[in-house]
Amino acid sequence: MTHVPDTDLAVAASGLVKTFADFRAVDGIDLEVRRGEVFGVLGPNGAGKTTTLKMLATLLPLDGGEASIFGVDVRRNPHMIRQLVGVTGQYASVDENLTGYENLWLFGRLQGLRSAKAKSTADDLLERFGLTEARDKQISAFSGGMRRRLDLAASLISQPPLIFLDEPTTGLDPRTRGQMWETIRDLIREGSTVLLTTQYLDEADQLADRIAVIDRGIKVAEGTPDELKSSVGSSTLQLRMSDPAETAGAEDVVRRVLGEEPVLTPEAGGLNAALTDANRAADVLIALRQAGLSIASATVQKPTLDEVFMAITGHGAEDETHQPEMEVAR
Amino acid sequence: MSTTLLPDHETTEVLDRTVVTRPSLRDTLDQSLAMAWRALKKMRRNPEQWFDVTLQPLLFTAMFAYIFGGAISGSVEDYLPIVITGILAQTALTACMATGIQLREDMDKGVFDRFKSLPIARIAPLVGPALADLIRYATAATLTILTGLLMGYRPGGGVPGVVAGWLLTVVAGWSLAWIFTYFGTRARSAQAVQGISMMVMFPLTFLSNAFVPAETLPGWLEAFVKVNPVSLVISAVRDLMNDGALTANVGWALLGCGIVVAIFLPLSVRSYSRKM
Ligand SMILES: Nc1ncnc2c1ncn2[C@@H]1O[C@H](COP(=O)(O)OP(=O)(O)O)[C@@H](O)[C@H]1O
Ligand SMILES: [Mg+2]
Repeated sequence: MTHVPDTDLAVAASGLVKTFADFRAVDGIDLEVRRGEVFGVLGPNGAGKTTTLKMLATLLPLDGGEASIFGVDVRRNPHMIRQLVGVTGQYASVDENLTGYENLWLFGRLQGLRSAKAKSTADDLLERFGLTEARDKQISAFSGGMRRRLDLAASLISQPPLIFLDEPTTGLDPRTRGQMWETIRDLIREGSTVLLTTQYLDEADQLADRIAVIDRGIKVAEGTPDELKSSVGSSTLQLRMSDPAETAGAEDVVRRVLGEEPVLTPEAGGLNAALTDANRAADVLIALRQAGLSIASATVQKPTLDEVFMAITGHGAEDETHQPEMEVAR
Repeated sequence: MSTTLLPDHETTEVLDRTVVTRPSLRDTLDQSLAMAWRALKKMRRNPEQWFDVTLQPLLFTAMFAYIFGGAISGSVEDYLPIVITGILAQTALTACMATGIQLREDMDKGVFDRFKSLPIARIAPLVGPALADLIRYATAATLTILTGLLMGYRPGGGVPGVVAGWLLTVVAGWSLAWIFTYFGTRARSAQAVQGISMMVMFPLTFLSNAFVPAETLPGWLEAFVKVNPVSLVISAVRDLMNDGALTANVGWALLGCGIVVAIFLPLSVRSYSRKM
């Protein structure tokens, strides 16, 4: 019996490349995921997230680069990798012809559980994921959210030390999405290492310890959500004047104190100004008081990940995202 | 030959877990049986998958016997020993064609992504359905023989001959199915599999001795008909069922089946593994 030395890295990948015909879907991506962390891969539709995950999960061959999981080489030992990683795909990969219970039982049997053990594991998981009622229903009668939960349950059967979640909430309505987040948070609390992809900035912000932003097959930024937000620099001062008529006066004050052009917001009396240093907010407030202008509210806000994304890639993440209601699951 | 069949497998420790570098023979067998269970469930829930092995033998036997009987053999009764054995081979072939088409349809489904991501032998998702389809070949063969008996077919081989012919038909169906399984793993769509399979199946069945004695054909055609593996199987089945004789034809038929499996099973596994 050989022994793979323990490593702190759950995933170590460098220079990953995948080419479809002439098109480089993944163009030299490096990823390091530490044990016990939740790592988010964030990018718009078509960025290469699914392709990257499929290469790491041995579902697609690597066209370039190196990858190992817990020190095991992905290219050389695919069968070992499959024992270490639980994969929840972007499109629920469960069997339409079987019931919820039969699906889990089959996947348990395929992974070497004896029939009785496969049965109890299936029932435990159904209960844990709130699917007991649907136990004997065929998958075709499942809602989109139920399928996703069953799919997630299926990838936990062998209690793998690393879990891949590919766009776990794409296509779900907002309520189901919230439930899925809760389920994922429970997983995280149990200490699993999770590599998750998403096109939703708030999702990465909510769930991930560290984030890699990828765009067109290339990694464009990496860090904790806070680091990414502060990397775009400024916070924003959001002001609301008590009397909308004083907005113009407030604009003058902001311009004079900060040397920046404030932006008027849609609501009456509202204006936003970029701050290079959050402490400058106090200067603005004092100047407003001295000018006799009265504020209804003032807040200092860190940039949202949406703004980060815009700043890094030069284009919004809006095009294909934030419309989960539009593409309700089959 | 694929390494997935090798029984030796090493274990390795990763994070206090014991993982294996490849599935053992025992695991491979268990996984294949689990996949066969899945295929059976699927068959039970999709009754339309049974049309080709239930209605077709009934219809074809009656139709061919009454239409060609007089012309080819002088009477329907005299034609039955030829046509029943011919239809046995034909329905078995149609059933194996469906094996390939269904595999392709199945592989396009999301659940195959999961099968590929699980630590299972690459051969299991192919062998499982093949095992389950034995039931389909058996059904087709049984119904064809029963229809013949009802129409007045009195096989000279008696019960042992008929049972042996039935067994050979099932074995041949299972073996030839690997050709279509291979198409299933290679083609881009289920329609493509259907198209290719038709192109292969028609010459195999009609350019054989299934419905007419080979001697009545022009020389060049007779030459092809004689080496057609389907003809080999049909001759063997005739020897068994009609004469109760264990002839060299039976040996040739089994050898032919063995060769087909030896070529197309590894090809299928390789092509399936590459698809990832
Ligand atoms: N099998 C394939 N053949 C050809 N192009 C593909 C294939 N899979 C993905 N692509 C392309 O590669 C790019 C990245 O795809 P994908 O990894 O699915 O993106 P994401 O998951 O980030 O939305 C897309 O432009 C997609 O069209
Ligand atoms: Mg994707």
